[in-house]
Amino acid sequence: MSATRTRRRRRIPAALLAPAVIGLAFLILPLAGLVVRAPWTELPARLAEPEMLAALRLSLVTATAATALSLLFGVPIAWLLARGDFPGRSVLRALVTVPLVLPPVVGGVALLLVFGRSGIIGAPLYERFDLTIPFTTTAVVLAMTFVSMPFLVVSVEGALRGADTRFEEAAATLGAGRWTVFTHVTLPMVAPGVLAGAVLCWARALGEFGATITFAGNFPGTTQTMPLAVYLALQSDLEAAIVLSLILLAVSVIVLASLRDRWTAAP
Amino acid sequence: MRTAARRLAAATALATALLALTACGPDAEDDAGNTLTVFAAASLTNAFNALADQFEAEHEAERPGVGIVLNFGGSSALAAQITEGAPGDVFAAADEATMAAAVDAGAADDPEVFALNQLVIAVPEGNPDGVTGLQDLAGRSVAACAEAVPCGSAAQTAIAASGTPIAPSTYEPDVKATLAKLALGEVDAALVYRTDVIAARDAVDAVEFPEAASARNAYPITVLHEAANPDLAAAFIAYVQSDAGQAVLETAGFQAPDGDR
Repeated sequence: MSATRTRRRRRIPAALLAPAVIGLAFLILPLAGLVVRAPWTELPARLAEPEMLAALRLSLVTATAATALSLLFGVPIAWLLARGDFPGRSVLRALVTVPLVLPPVVGGVALLLVFGRSGIIGAPLYERFDLTIPFTTTAVVLAMTFVSMPFLVVSVEGALRGADTRFEEAAATLGAGRWTVFTHVTLPMVAPGVLAGAVLCWARALGEFGATITFAGNFPGTTQTMPLAVYLALQSDLEAAIVLSLILLAVSVIVLASLRDRWTAAP
Repeated sequence: MRTAARRLAAATALATALLALTACGPDAEDDAGNTLTVFAAASLTNAFNALADQFEAEHEAERPGVGIVLNFGGSSALAAQITEGAPGDVFAAADEATMAAAVDAGAADDPEVFALNQLVIAVPEGNPDGVTGLQDLAGRSVAACAEAVPCGSAAQTAIAASGTPIAPSTYEPDVKATLAKLALGEVDAALVYRTDVIAARDAVDAVEFPEAASARNAYPITVLHEAANPDLAAAFIAYVQSDAGQAVLETAGFQAPDGDR
């Protein structure tokens, strides 16, 4: 009898289950397609290729740097949008999320118009200090940050809006300064939201292609990240492209899964 | 319980049927018999758009409603789409190696070369750095195509032939992206096809260089085995190779193939 009781409790409405199953199949089947088509015997040889390793290392380093930059600037932006009280806040929010809907290639062109050799900021840098940002690793990080920071902002802003402001008010009444309230009350309260946003941001940066190739170009070792390597491999060798995609996929799944476990284990 | 299970089964069946219906969609449209799908290399964009318009106008009388759908892209990407089963009638590639890959995969036979394209050095309008040949590019920032694409292998061949130590700042995935880096002012010069500079009109100038002759790209065209409309496909290819077709290609900056003309 108890068995039927648990079954009854777990029963999922058909109206939810059917679309969920179809949706899952839609999401998972393409990945399965990659796994099935992968030339597994080639995998060890591909893994040992110095160019592949350079692209993987570059991807991991730049995506992490972009996440760090997004945290540094994105959390304050989110606070401003959630707690700030100023005219034009909704317009500002819309502007911050523009990179989410902008085709990344357009984002890359926009970055060039600002930081490029003849851009608003890039031109003086080039003329005075002979400094060019495009075609450098810095450009890769900037492109990734531009595209992925909105994910963090949206996630943190949501967490801030959901958080109970009475705790902050209580801390303030007890004599805590505004910065202390932020670091000791607000931030711990929204930590899960910040971490979720950071993970989303990192994952988006890792897969970044359009803005990177447009703004940073493609040069092995300095700007050729894994997605760029995959795209170029696709031009000549489908099998190689599949192997590279799988490696990128495996690394991101391992990193994301291990992070997830750590958080859920935390109290 | 039973009704719930039945409802679930019904919902699943309905969803599966819907999926199956959408999957069949594009195939049903091909029955028209008057539509020709042409997969063409990105560098053929302007020329083939013009050719398609002319072809449609000339064949309107005998085949009312004839229409050409053009799918432009990097040759290698197109070849991958074709070998993976994308439905098309004609494939025009930017190099023979890519066409050979499609032929090896069993997608087509007997491609014919219909045009040649040659690399030039694209420079900003007015050639501010006074570039006259590859030797002037040493130490400058240059954009080139990646070696995996035809314009990149041609560039490597030409650079090797010149003996000049040219170190490109970036290896772009296709020729349009390479030219875009120049148009945006990020590099001093770009190694691209003559046709791309002509297509870009005013913004850039072309500097011809002798080493380019050692690395000309031959453009092959063929009817695909999967063609829904092989007769119309053959007619289009014949039109591309006719005097009228070749004139359009020449205006776009292509050269006629050696020998047979």
